[in-house]
Amino acid sequence: MSDRATGGKGMPVRLDRVSFSYGEAPLGFDVAFTAAQITAIMGPSGSGKSTLLNLVAGFETPQAGRVLIGGADVGAAPPAARPVSMVFQENNLFAHLSVEQNVGLGRSPSLRLAEADRAAIADALVRTGLAGKEKRLPRELSGGERQRVALARVLVRDRPVLLLDEPFASLGPALRDDMLDLVAGLHAERGMTVLFVTHQPQDARRIAEQVVFLDNGAVAATGTADDFFAGAGPEAFQRYIGDNAGHAVSRDIARKPT
Amino acid sequence: MALARPTDPRIAAGVIALAAITLLIGGAFLGLLFEGAHDLSGAWAAFDPYLLRVVRFTLWQAALSTLLSVVPALLVARALSRHPRFFGRGFILQLFALPLALPAIVAALGILALYGRAGYFAGLSSAVGGQDWPGIYGLSGILVAHVFFNLPLATRLFLEALQTIPSDQWRLASQLGMGARPAFRLIEWPALRAALPGIAGLVFMLCVTSFTIVLTLGGGPAATTLEVGIYQALRFDFDPARAVTLTFLQIALTFVVVLVLTRLGANVAGDANLPVAPRRYPQVNGAEASLNAALIVGALLFVAGPMAATVTAGLSADIGRLAGEAAVRQATLTSAAFALLSALLSVMLSLALTMARGALALNRRSGPKTLLEHATDTGAGFVLVVPPIVIGAGWFLLLRHAGDVFAIAPLMVVTVNAVMAMPFALRAVRPAYDAASARHERLCAQLGISGLARWRLIDWPSMRRPLATAFAFAMALSLGDLGVIALFGSDSVQTLPYLLLARMGSYRTQDAAGLALLLGLVCLALVLAADRLGKGTARDV
Repeated sequence: MSDRATGGKGMPVRLDRVSFSYGEAPLGFDVAFTAAQITAIMGPSGSGKSTLLNLVAGFETPQAGRVLIGGADVGAAPPAARPVSMVFQENNLFAHLSVEQNVGLGRSPSLRLAEADRAAIADALVRTGLAGKEKRLPRELSGGERQRVALARVLVRDRPVLLLDEPFASLGPALRDDMLDLVAGLHAERGMTVLFVTHQPQDARRIAEQVVFLDNGAVAATGTADDFFAGAGPEAFQRYIGDNAGHAVSRDIARKPT
Repeated sequence: MALARPTDPRIAAGVIALAAITLLIGGAFLGLLFEGAHDLSGAWAAFDPYLLRVVRFTLWQAALSTLLSVVPALLVARALSRHPRFFGRGFILQLFALPLALPAIVAALGILALYGRAGYFAGLSSAVGGQDWPGIYGLSGILVAHVFFNLPLATRLFLEALQTIPSDQWRLASQLGMGARPAFRLIEWPALRAALPGIAGLVFMLCVTSFTIVLTLGGGPAATTLEVGIYQALRFDFDPARAVTLTFLQIALTFVVVLVLTRLGANVAGDANLPVAPRRYPQVNGAEASLNAALIVGALLFVAGPMAATVTAGLSADIGRLAGEAAVRQATLTSAAFALLSALLSVMLSLALTMARGALALNRRSGPKTLLEHATDTGAGFVLVVPPIVIGAGWFLLLRHAGDVFAIAPLMVVTVNAVMAMPFALRAVRPAYDAASARHERLCAQLGISGLARWRLIDWPSMRRPLATAFAFAMALSLGDLGVIALFGSDSVQTLPYLLLARMGSYRTQDAAGLALLLGLVCLALVLAADRLGKGTARDV
């Protein structure tokens, strides 16, 4: 399985004049993501965030344009053959398989595991704080733990690009911060390119170096996270995050009167 | 999403399944057309006053059966929904699910044992008044049997409709102080009226295509329907030209009914789900409560009576001697083998169509469905347009030139029953597969899990329960069927229902009752197993 893995070197991802449509409004993406960095992809609902990730992952095929990962056109490759791992908001695990098996599928899609694979799985489970829960079924885990299993599988797959499609959206604030720190830690260790779709400005502030802002099915602005959250982003972005959003403290205050 | 490649083995499986079904139905039509062209004048000559009488009776008995089933069912369902909690309510609902599991021939025997000329009521009547009990052969027998099957079915469907009423409406009604009458007019009736055409259509359809009931309870030429006419033309009069005419009329009739049904949005495959109502209603006043009680008890007695009669009559048979009879043993083995094979085939066909439909839907991005996807999707429903007798008749006519028709009896019984059970099997398989697929598809594509590994690790663990449900249900249907076997059965190939019919025909009523009890219990066990398997959650996997 390691033939497609690169031992943790992030690869640049580029969507070269990609167009796509579900039949209604057409989407068009022309954007590059820097290798080995964490980029937050933000934008209103329906702006095409998840579609962008699906195009990179191979779940959708562009009608025109190219998807380049590490400089190679991956347009014809099925999802499993791309140097990409993806974590979804839910349904990341097979409900009838144990934690260990779910992670093991990242090594061998037929679950034929060698000794080295088992060691890697055990290591990934320790690394994600799941030691001792190897035999559990997903329903015996909390929501946060399930996403940890998904991240453990990302570790054993060891692909140069990681796509996160709002994976922590259903978790509480403290738990979400823990998970973000875990992602940041994994990123520091492996140096993969991370594309992180999120609605929460404070999540983006916490771990992202770059921001890509989508609006109406196209890239509206790109820049560093520092610039964006210092107020230097485009006006549409400021409108999207609201007056004080992005400051973790103000969010709690804003909620009080309700 | 572009998750499935055009070479997906799931699509190939679906194409093979469709081809097999097409061959089965196409072959039957070929036989009919061939025979019709061969003897065109004979087919025309079959349009005689007798034929018109048969058509008229077919429609008349179906209309009456529908009326007598649906109107009381509406009242009983409302009564049950007004009293969501009383001792025995769950039992009544369970009991109302049983006729669905009971083979028609078993029910027919139970009804005869109760209301027949030599039944329990006849005994009671002569003991009390000394006068002769008229018996129930003919139209009355057919109606009683049809209502026995369809009243509970319609009740459950109406109850389901009533339970779709949001509980907020009930809370609102009690806040506004609505009594029983305005509540019925403003809340219950709209829900019932919406469900009425579909349910009535379904019952009408079941009665138009009912074969076994009319064969066993209908008496002579005065009470014959098209399906029984086809059987008689082939097995007794040997008048193929008449059989062709009757068959085409039957197809046209069912086609029109199904067309109207789909317009009405009916669910042609019936339902096996048990509705439960944990909701509290406002107080029901005394008069209404006694009326409701009378309705519920009346329906209960009507449904339970023939079942109880089946049991008592069956127990009075000499079961020990029956079990020792070579013919009974042989028929039991034959039935078991046919039913097993038929259920296996049915489940495989259903799974193949479901998987192909899923894969095709994934392949298609947003464009219109292809013909193939339509075929895997709604194609299975079309087999209902073609009753088993019709398929059997077509092949019977096609093969009678080729040699011994009765030699292919096993093949015909197994395949036709498998295809006929498909709509029911699909109901168990498809939702489960679609739900599993929605959860697993992206993950499998992402991790590269495909082919045999996917079946072993992902699909089989999540599908084995629904597959077992479908299998048990298909097996029960096939085990109790007396359709194709009535055409193709012979002394060398007999199933239990066929043997039962033969015993009835030779007035060995005790034997028939014993066999009916045996057959009924096995089918019941299978359907209960199917129900239990279907209710289990992934927790038990």
